[in-house]
Amino acid sequence: MLITCPHCGPRDISEFAYQGEGGRTRPDPASTDLEAWNAYVYQRLNTAGAHDEIWQHAGGCRSHLAVVRDTLTHEIASVRFAREHGAPAHGRRKPGARK
Amino acid sequence: MVEQQSPLEPVFRPGSHGNFADGVGVTLSEIAPCSIIQLAAWPGEEKKLMVVIGSVTGLKLADGAGAGASSDRYSAFGFAPGKFLVIDASEGLATTLAAKVAPAVGTVTDLSHGRIAIRIEGAKAEWVLGKLFAIDLALAAFPLGSGISTTHHDIFTLMQRSGPQRFDLYVFRSFARSFWKMLCHAADEVGYEVR
Repeated sequence: MLITCPHCGPRDISEFAYQGEGGRTRPDPASTDLEAWNAYVYQRLNTAGAHDEIWQHAGGCRSHLAVVRDTLTHEIASVRFAREHGAPAHGRRKPGARK
Repeated sequence: MVEQQSPLEPVFRPGSHGNFADGVGVTLSEIAPCSIIQLAAWPGEEKKLMVVIGSVTGLKLADGAGAGASSDRYSAFGFAPGKFLVIDASEGLATTLAAKVAPAVGTVTDLSHGRIAIRIEGAKAEWVLGKLFAIDLALAAFPLGSGISTTHHDIFTLMQRSGPQRFDLYVFRSFARSFWKMLCHAADEVGYEVR
């Protein structure tokens, strides 16, 4: 699998480190809402299809990247610097949504 | 001057090795520059940093990822967004740059004792490096003067193309001996000369 780093160009997957699901919002650090923290720390979408992800080009320019990858085909739909991350192009599902 | 000892000393064996009956495919050497400096710009300050690099080294860095240039004394290339490696054959570059790079523009890190510079040159240089790195090393994809950052089995490597058939590799000093031996093994097939 290749990921096209916006800075380095296409590179082998072995140069990248997966950093988890993208687009999650950290609760207010002062919050004591256990539900919110539980959802943030443990709940994942387990998407079958286009999936927001954060990767780091750890074996290259070390940039954090926002990647949209299809979990069924490994097709990479888009890659951009995570610092430029806005709303993902394909929209975002809510946890537990069927599709 | 602090006399730097080469970490390659126990494994550095000058002469021809491997399958060199029909000529050597590559030449391996240690460049041992006196200054290896990493510069990093804060977001949005990249241009100012490039101006400083140009004024100190006389090298003109083009815009774009990985752009670089070399002269007899200096080499410089970008290897990450806003990050550059600048190499000087002489000592004192860190002090010069630290005086010129304002804290609001970026940072200067002296890696002179933390990295080792290995040069591989020859008709088979691309072939040998192709065994170690999943990188397109063709001249069209990796032009003269430009640099990249990559890894081989978690050994982080900065690489600059300093000639059509010549590459300079910068690796952690603590991994230098292991990396050198691996490079020798990779070059065994084409015959290599250490000098």
